[in-house]
Amino acid sequence: MYNVLKKIIKTGFLTEKPPEANADWLIQSRLQESILKAFGHSLAIRHVDAGSCNGCELEIQALTNPFYNIEGLGIRFVASPRHADLLLVTGPVSCHMVVALKRTYEAMPHPKLVVATGDCACTGGIFGKTYATCGAVNQIIPVDVAVPGCPPTPYALLQGILTAIHKDKKTNKNAQPND
Amino acid sequence: MALIHPPINTIPLDKLFCDWPAWIGEVNTNQLPEIILEVHENKGQLLTLWGSDERLRHSQFQLHLLFVFPKHCTLYLKCDLSENNPVYPDLSPYFPVANRLQRALFDLFGFTAISFEDRRPWLRHGAWPEDIFPLRHEVKIDYQFHQEPDDYPFIPVKGDGVHEIPVGPVHAGIIEPGHFRFQVVGERILRLEERLGYTHKGIAKHFQNISFDKGARLASRICGDSTVAYAWSYSMALENLHGIHPPPRAQWIRALLLERERIMNHLGDLGVLGNDAGFRFGLNQFSRLKELVLRRNSKLFGHRYLMDSITPGGVAIDLLPEDSNDLFEEIRMLRQEVKTLEHIYREHDGLQDRFLTTGAIDFNLATQLMLLGLVARASGVSNDWREDFPCFPYNQLNFKGHTKLSGDVAARVAIRFQEIEASLSLMETILSSLPRGSLRKNLPPASSTTIGLGCVEGWRGPITTILCNRDKKHLHWGQIHDPSWQNWPALEHAVMENIVPDFPLINKSFNLSYSSHDG
Repeated sequence: MYNVLKKIIKTGFLTEKPPEANADWLIQSRLQESILKAFGHSLAIRHVDAGSCNGCELEIQALTNPFYNIEGLGIRFVASPRHADLLLVTGPVSCHMVVALKRTYEAMPHPKLVVATGDCACTGGIFGKTYATCGAVNQIIPVDVAVPGCPPTPYALLQGILTAIHKDKKTNKNAQPND
Repeated sequence: MALIHPPINTIPLDKLFCDWPAWIGEVNTNQLPEIILEVHENKGQLLTLWGSDERLRHSQFQLHLLFVFPKHCTLYLKCDLSENNPVYPDLSPYFPVANRLQRALFDLFGFTAISFEDRRPWLRHGAWPEDIFPLRHEVKIDYQFHQEPDDYPFIPVKGDGVHEIPVGPVHAGIIEPGHFRFQVVGERILRLEERLGYTHKGIAKHFQNISFDKGARLASRICGDSTVAYAWSYSMALENLHGIHPPPRAQWIRALLLERERIMNHLGDLGVLGNDAGFRFGLNQFSRLKELVLRRNSKLFGHRYLMDSITPGGVAIDLLPEDSNDLFEEIRMLRQEVKTLEHIYREHDGLQDRFLTTGAIDFNLATQLMLLGLVARASGVSNDWREDFPCFPYNQLNFKGHTKLSGDVAARVAIRFQEIEASLSLMETILSSLPRGSLRKNLPPASSTTIGLGCVEGWRGPITTILCNRDKKHLHWGQIHDPSWQNWPALEHAVMENIVPDFPLINKSFNLSYSSHDG
């Protein structure tokens, strides 16, 4: 126990300042300010891998490390879609994941925010639309924010999540629906 | 390396241009049963099997088999199958991995193994109809079949008090999708059956007629956590196909990147293994170290996971002299930090109580299942490709792999600690011996339908690539095989008689890939 405590004290506090929201990634802006306020400083995220190579998953996992400390921002990953405000989807949506993705989306309570994560989820990426893949998340469920990158850095992911909940009101006012 | 002939007398063999003793032979289906038996009797293992559609050229299909005789040589066989009735003998009685490979081969190509009883689909869930075989040339890559998913006949277990727990494909954590069907009595697991294939992305279809460069980009994106190993394995196959070796500096840098990838993944796994046993401190500390490695990658090589750093013919990045000092500093820091944490893990009773004897695979089972990579080494099987078939620069590094005997979660944790230390030492040697010189060599024109073979010991195990080109710039087909194929069935064995709450821990200690298995 002594060694553990010593290590914790020696490691210190590493969490860095989070990024601001990015209006360029906003696909649809459909939430009322009042609802946004309801999220306050607490947001529950459910992640679905819809055929990713696992690169995006590594970066999503990195969000929980002490540097990004996503839980410190009041954002946490939940095990059930029933508890989730936001769905984080990766991958070019393999045909075999369509039903699971749709069911996860349907199981979520409103407002059902969706962030498409990574090049594959945004456009199909290198895999595109084939006999095995549907090409992009917005082919299957409505997407609010699309975060590009292969894979997107944790910083970009955080920015995407914060964009979805319109954390920055200034950005929100100027945001244009942009497909 | 001296040329060692595989212990097979039935057929004449030719040598392949390759970094280790590799042989190629052509056989017909009548000869196959005898050869399979001969390979098996001589302790050969099936690495992978796959198919190709040669009907436009020879009006036939082809079956391809890759065997390895551990620490000896590899044997690649191709076998023509008739256009109207593509059948071949069943390999699964001799090589356990053949069960799923044969089912996948039927789903994708429609080749049937004679007297093979398990006719359930493996990679096809209903995204395409049963009588359509997507890797045949008449099926265009952008065909879309709108199909509902099929029901999968899991093997039922009956008896007093037995019940089933279905898990997935969407899991509770931030991991890849797959389905696990547990049959349990109380907390005790009687049986686990896996169902994979959810992330099938048609990678083999993409490889048909892809340009060499685009192929390298695709290979780097088959498995995000092993992008260096995949890119190197693909590049090695392509270079062997062209009969060249990349410049020495490029090869040394490749080895440096591969060891960084191993360290990065092992750090991540050790953290999550601590967390899955209720020790959050471990996750915080190891994920901190992993992030530091990733940031160093980004700073020095421009990408956190080193994607696209390795390209056919060489590398796309370089290491400046002052960067070496940075890396030496990092090695010192990691060595000390990991040592402290290893001590804490070892002395933590609660953690050891969860790790020891949990999810054990003994040596006999590991040998019988012909397991590969880290999982096999934790059960006492010495099989590190860097030691057995060392390509340049590993043949200069005198590397010796590590093994543990107990085969439980504790052994897989211990192997990771040992391999981090070994990789740090390798990095030190690489940085001290890094030669000057060019970073890339152009590929010379290749004659058509040449075969190229590449294999690299990724952090999970050997990543094997076999490529065949159509012309001077394009592939005819490509097959990349992940050790997860061999090791997924072992997870079903490892969890038996364990309790359900230990499954996440056992699963994580294997940490197998879904994406690269599903293809």
